[in-house]
Amino acid sequence: MGYQISRETANQIFAQLKEHYDIFAPKVFAGEGCFSDTDVIRYGKINALDEIEWERRSEYSFKEALLAVNETLFYFTEEETTVVSCSEKRLLIFLRSCDLHALKRLDAIYLENGPEDFYYRRLREKASFVLMGCSTTCENGFCVSMGTNRCDSYALYLKISEESVWADCKSQDLLPYFEKAQTCEVQPEYVTENAEKVTLPKNLSVDSFSNPIWEEYGSRCIGCGRCNFVCPTCTCFTMQDILYRDNENVGERRRVWASCQVDGYDEIAGGIEFRKTQGERLRFKVMHKIYDFEKRFGYPMCVGCGRCDSVCPEYISYTSLINRLAKEEA
Amino acid sequence: MKNEYIPFPSQVKEIIRHTDIEYTFRMSFSGDVKPGQFFEVSIPKFGEAPISVSGIGEDTVDLTIRKVGRVTNQIFEHYEGNSLLMRGPYGNGFDIAQFQGKEVVVIAGGTGLSPVKGIVDHFSKHPEDAVRTTLIAGFKSPQDVLFKEDFKDWEKTLNVIKTVDTAPEGYDGLTGMVTKYIPDLPLSDIPNTVFITVGPPVMIQFTIQEILKRKVPEENIWISHERKMCCGLGKCGHCKMDSTYICLDGPVFNYAKGKNLID
Ligand SMILES: Cc1cc2nc3c(=O)[nH]c(=O)nc-3n(C[C@H](O)[C@H](O)[C@H](O)COP(=O)(O)OP(=O)(O)OC[C@H]3O[C@@H](n4cnc5c(N)ncnc54)[C@H](O)[C@@H]3O)c2cc1C
Ligand code: SF4
Ligand code: SF4
Ligand code: FES
Repeated sequence: MGYQISRETANQIFAQLKEHYDIFAPKVFAGEGCFSDTDVIRYGKINALDEIEWERRSEYSFKEALLAVNETLFYFTEEETTVVSCSEKRLLIFLRSCDLHALKRLDAIYLENGPEDFYYRRLREKASFVLMGCSTTCENGFCVSMGTNRCDSYALYLKISEESVWADCKSQDLLPYFEKAQTCEVQPEYVTENAEKVTLPKNLSVDSFSNPIWEEYGSRCIGCGRCNFVCPTCTCFTMQDILYRDNENVGERRRVWASCQVDGYDEIAGGIEFRKTQGERLRFKVMHKIYDFEKRFGYPMCVGCGRCDSVCPEYISYTSLINRLAKEEA
Repeated sequence: MKNEYIPFPSQVKEIIRHTDIEYTFRMSFSGDVKPGQFFEVSIPKFGEAPISVSGIGEDTVDLTIRKVGRVTNQIFEHYEGNSLLMRGPYGNGFDIAQFQGKEVVVIAGGTGLSPVKGIVDHFSKHPEDAVRTTLIAGFKSPQDVLFKEDFKDWEKTLNVIKTVDTAPEGYDGLTGMVTKYIPDLPLSDIPNTVFITVGPPVMIQFTIQEILKRKVPEENIWISHERKMCCGLGKCGHCKMDSTYICLDGPVFNYAKGKNLID
């Protein structure tokens, strides 16, 4: 159901929602960017609608609301393990269309690939998603090429102007909040064209592994892993045990985001590494995004958000790599 | 809902010392488990390590561990009378029924013997289940030989070729790589022969080259892949090769499929 409400009413609804929901949205963290005196837009818990960054795409995706960078799984004492408890509140996560498509990829890994993940499941069950429309394309995004520019699996769609807020509510749980609001027709805004256009290679196979393009692009890569950390569909982690300095009998086991571009990702005992060059690692990442994930789950992993291209300090363009592959592996 | 990450304590029942850095820990465990499967073994505050099942008893499983780093060092220092944390078993493991009634050749290098030891034990106890069973096991030097006591049993019932890469002068056993012994293996019925090979990646590669020279069909060869594994649950991503998760779909593969897996 569609509604138009004033900004003031929206703020009141937000305040009511906050009692039952932890609300995550992209916001500006001033001075916390990668370079000195720069800001970063990333996800955080918000207390008011005004805190949300509506214009610019977040550098990091929504995934950290469901999968923390550093997630404690359980605590150890001498005798037992204690699972970390989680907040009673439900979750409301603001995101854009490409990211809502990325959620399906996270679900594929954490809920469908092998047994369900306890920690992901318990947050996922409590989470509802608020779609933020896109009126213009973001930098480097190619959602139209990937078919992720539109989606209708949101609980709530919101569009904001100085005075008014338009909402489309699909969730029974959220409808009561709009009981007194004036109804009207609301359709989510979405882009129909991006500056960046990408054609996925059709005939990829293990034979594509020998294409010299991997070494060509990979030779510039410094293996920093930022492309993985910003990607809404990257899901890898490494286990890590922590021991507390002040009490050696107590500690915790965590999982920490991992990157297939960084040294040690595939290293096994004896110092054996299966992908030694950045070219091989780049190939591993790109093939996962546009080839082998699809072989397993039936759709490509990449949703075309463009974040990896924007964040790379070496200006390695994933999109131009794919477009060239499409020609060469046609 | 089950939390797969929570390990259970398992008592160290017995320790068998093979070399200074390789011991078998006999752990209490009751439940279904197959050779070639693995457990994530951990010591709180140090971390987890995937370790293959090297033997299956009534209410025990054997884990043969090589001391190489943070977790495994700690296991060696704090074992006696203690318990370790474990979760698993994970992976598909070997299906012994598939080898029954065949000529079976097991080729293992070093600790690669662990994941296939359950198969060797089975055919040693039930020699009649196979036409004939051959074990070719290679170690770096005589000091590195594992499962010395078990070899004594196996030699009674199986065709055993135990070889070391290099040996001091006067050593009276076999020397040379495992691959040296493949060309002359007496094989009576090649289509009915299965090869099972586990070891370091390079060893597997050369071993398979030799096996294929004997005109053995690819479908008759089984391998086990060792990859980095942090979860065993298809989540952490480290073990993936192409669209295959080694921890879920493997680590045991028929070579006809396994050969297409590139890192
Ligand atoms: C399916 C499988 C079965 C295995 N079976 C056995 C076995 O039966 N006996 C045995 O001794 N070892 C086995 N290993 C290897 C064993 O897991 C590693 O030696 C162990 O993880 C090292 O841990 P560590 O903390 O002592 O070493 P670390 O200090 O962490 O590192 C030492 C070396 O081990 C590598 N390593 C660390 N973590 C892992 C990991 N999760 N997976 C693979 N390698 C890792 C490191 O890259 C490094 O090269 C197996 C590995 C796999 C994947
Ligand atoms: S691979 Fe790049 S464009 Fe594709 S979803 Fe990940 S960050 Fe976005
Ligand atoms: S962000 Fe760029 S330099 Fe860093 S790992 Fe990714 S491709 Fe390499
Ligand atoms: S070990 Fe984590 S995905 Fe296979």
